[in-house]
Amino acid sequence: MVKVIVLADQCKGCGLCVRACPKSVLAISKSHLNVKGYYPAEVVDQEACVACTACARTCPDVAIEIEK
Amino acid sequence: MATIFKRTSVLTDVPFHYCPGCGHGIVHRMVAEVIEELGIRNKTAGVAPVGCAVFAYNYFDVDMYEAAHGRAPAVATGYKRVHPENIVFTYQGDGDLASIGTAEIVQAAHRGEKITTIFINNAIYGMTGGQMAPTTLVGQKTTTSPLGRSKEHCGEPIRMAEMLATINGAAYIERTALNSTANIIRTKAAIKKAFETQIAGKGFSMVEVLSPCPTNWGKSPAESMDWIAENMIPYYPLGVMKEA
Ligand SMILES: Cc1ncc(C[n+]2csc(CCOP(=O)(O)OP(=O)(O)O)c2C)c(N)n1
Ligand code: SF4
Ligand code: SF4
Ligand code: SF4
Repeated sequence: MVKVIVLADQCKGCGLCVRACPKSVLAISKSHLNVKGYYPAEVVDQEACVACTACARTCPDVAIEIEK
Repeated sequence: MATIFKRTSVLTDVPFHYCPGCGHGIVHRMVAEVIEELGIRNKTAGVAPVGCAVFAYNYFDVDMYEAAHGRAPAVATGYKRVHPENIVFTYQGDGDLASIGTAEIVQAAHRGEKITTIFINNAIYGMTGGQMAPTTLVGQKTTTSPLGRSKEHCGEPIRMAEMLATINGAAYIERTALNSTANIIRTKAAIKKAFETQIAGKGFSMVEVLSPCPTNWGKSPAESMDWIAENMIPYYPLGVMKEA
């Protein structure tokens, strides 16, 4: 069981994690605005995550944590 | 459950002020992680530049200096000579390092200063609004080269890693990029190698990182990463330029 956590209020919606994820686990929200006023990344397919950490390594705002 | 990825405590809790998709944040994280992994936190100091990373002193939880534009290597030299047992790094953009600070970086390498420089090459002046840098590619449009950089008028972009590698005092010089996960991982390995070079007392070390500036490039963060691969890497080849 892997858990990817997007710290939504730290996210700037840049989409680089979405680009980096090989398993399409993440997407940019179309509805939720965070405190900074960005549409943050959100987890859309937790089950597919393989804990590769690509998303977290790519995030310029250190807004992703991963548990396993 | 165990945490397998989490913010390193060598970064403070202060959120980065950088634009969405900016490479500075990716590199800050990796520099901080390397400091943690090498166990040098209590004897490391950093020198922030003038440029978008001017507030870097707020982000690293180690002693930090702020240098005048381009002068970070001179400040780091002073620190290292007073505290030779400590570790010091400069963090500089291409306007800072390759334009106003060219003399300082060349002479620091020439003297073989045992300091580490993290050089962010985003081919533009970010902070001041996207002016042409010495690293701007031929044909690249900036606010001061609206028709694209002209080779006849401004010459061709300077390759700092190759130039500094010719200097005997330089012990480790590598160029990396942030455009893919693999290249991000290589960048962190290079940063570690650069710090290890300083710890071993071998001489000057620098990692030049090809990094996106989506805001001033007028591109999305994803397009900017592709632009690095398609336009920057062919002109700025990646790899180790010098290893003493
Ligand atoms: C002595 C001096 N000259 C000029 C400036 C204006 N200035 C501030 S940042 C900068 C360039 C920054 O570009 P770069 O080093 O590439 O960093 P980036 O913002 O792209 O990260 C300039 C010219 C200044 N602050 N001080
Ligand atoms: S850890 Fe890997 S698979 Fe999981 S969300 Fe991040 S990039 Fe995707
Ligand atoms: S990379 Fe980070 S800041 Fe960018 S969208 Fe993903 S979580 Fe948000
Ligand atoms: S202007 Fe460019 S270099 Fe500066 S913070 Fe924004 S994206 Fe980063």
